[in-house]
Amino acid sequence: MSTDPSQKAAGPVLEVRDLEVHYGPRRRRRRALHGVSLSVAPGETVGIIGETGSGKSTLARAALGLVRASAGSIVIGGEDVSAYGHRSWRALRRRGVIQYVFQDPLRSLDPDLTIEASLAEPLLIQGVSRQEAATRVRAFLSRVRLSDDLLDRLPGELSGGQRQRVAVARALVTEPRLVILDEPVSALDSANRVQILQILKELRADGVALVFISHDLGSVAGVADRIAVLYRGELVEAGTARDVISEPRHPYTRLLVRSAPTLHSAPADRAEREALRALLHA
Amino acid sequence: MATLSEKVLTEAEKDSRTEAEETGNTEHVHPADASAPVLSVRDVRISDQAAGHEIVHGVSFTLTPGKAVGIVGESGSGKTLTCRAALGILPAHFEVTGGSIELDGNDISALTPARWTALRGATISAVFQDPASYLNPSIRVGAQIAEVVRVKKGLKRREAHRRAIELLRAVHLRDPELVYGQYTYELSGGMLQRVLIAAAIAADPRILIADEATTALDVTVQAEILDLLADLRERTGLALVLVSHDLAVVAQLCDEVLVMRQGEVVEQGPTREVLHHPRHEYTRLLIAEHEQYGLDKFLAVEAAKAAAAVEEDA
Repeated sequence: MSTDPSQKAAGPVLEVRDLEVHYGPRRRRRRALHGVSLSVAPGETVGIIGETGSGKSTLARAALGLVRASAGSIVIGGEDVSAYGHRSWRALRRRGVIQYVFQDPLRSLDPDLTIEASLAEPLLIQGVSRQEAATRVRAFLSRVRLSDDLLDRLPGELSGGQRQRVAVARALVTEPRLVILDEPVSALDSANRVQILQILKELRADGVALVFISHDLGSVAGVADRIAVLYRGELVEAGTARDVISEPRHPYTRLLVRSAPTLHSAPADRAEREALRALLHA
Repeated sequence: MATLSEKVLTEAEKDSRTEAEETGNTEHVHPADASAPVLSVRDVRISDQAAGHEIVHGVSFTLTPGKAVGIVGESGSGKTLTCRAALGILPAHFEVTGGSIELDGNDISALTPARWTALRGATISAVFQDPASYLNPSIRVGAQIAEVVRVKKGLKRREAHRRAIELLRAVHLRDPELVYGQYTYELSGGMLQRVLIAAAIAADPRILIADEATTALDVTVQAEILDLLADLRERTGLALVLVSHDLAVVAQLCDEVLVMRQGEVVEQGPTREVLHHPRHEYTRLLIAEHEQYGLDKFLAVEAAKAAAAVEEDA
């Protein structure tokens, strides 16, 4: 995919170093992320895996400037954004270099805007002409395998799978270098899940970097080049998808691999899971 | 014959003493009539009487004690309707229009509402996808289980309280006394599903239907619940009907698999047979999805080992 040449730096599109995020008032601060470092190269797909409450959504929100980090640095496309205030973050997001897709498309699409208006909005904000926006909207709609007939519909009139594809198209219209997807397929049935995963694979082929957050190792395994495992706010393991899955080191990763439903699960896995649970709870 | 909860209790008590004993004694696991079917579904057809057309076009399977049958299919394939027919809780204007369902020797078409009430919970029970919506948020979860044993087993309050705690322990909740006094909002999804399973097995059913019971849970928690079901099945002879859109979830636990699509059973057979020699194109698609987007391709070495084991068995 073509991007503004000035944005094309050789370095990572996203670099997070020693990130700390806390929630709550000072007296009862709860640590959500601790010492998390992660780097995403141009065109690379990085999967982030973790259970509920492991901090994976916090990481996504911190990288989008929606949550303030209490320590550590974030560099996006060579630009150190760690010290950015509210306004600078907004300006950065508006430039469309970094985009995002969340689990529930109903909450990310304005229910009162037609699909066409929703998709064109980020382009119009950037000052793209209406005509040019309309052309691009149609192009991206077909990339997510949706027909132009949907353009004058409202989000509520689409199925869940169609809506999520619209959300993906909306993230793509600004031709971002990085898209952060937080549980993009968790609410979908298997046919729609496969379709979205297929679209993500095509994006990777086009050179868009993806951060794909999920609790489902299976979804991530088929798409990600590298996998990072978050457990209780810390990054406990990272490596190529193959290494993390076939030779998991941390007990949580091992439990995760042994817990993922596979077609060839062995009865012995049950005893191993039992032992790993005991180890993790100790 | 010992009842399910008694068996669960003795097992739970034994667990606390020694695990070594457990492997030796298995005679109580299978009741005397182990081969007699507890649930027979024969060519069941279900129609939407309002719309005037058939939705489920003939489902058959037999469940004996300790057996597990899995039904796989996408939403709208008729898997949930089939289960609801077996529970006698089909939605308004849906009816069984062909075939028969026999529950522990009773043809369900002849059952009076009173008879149904007696059978539900005590013979057949079920857990569904969203555990929180089956529990009352303003009553402590333990009291809701105690209510089941008081009504179904006629136990006195104190006895019911004790039994509820034992059941919470039997579903491997770490601190059953604490959980007893908690409300739904204080428990995680996995814990709630355990509470619901405890309530479902409280009246010693012989059959448990788990309809997408683990779908909304984290994978590790899903595995815990599936392990728990496997454990209950082995220890107490509970027969299971496991419904899921995920073939792998069903494969992990079931002896027999039914693959449904648009109300039709497109493939049925022993799990290994279906996994290794799928005949229908839809089953092949489900398997291919796993191979492309699951962990399976990375675990190929282990898969090869499993396949070798199958060859040896054959």
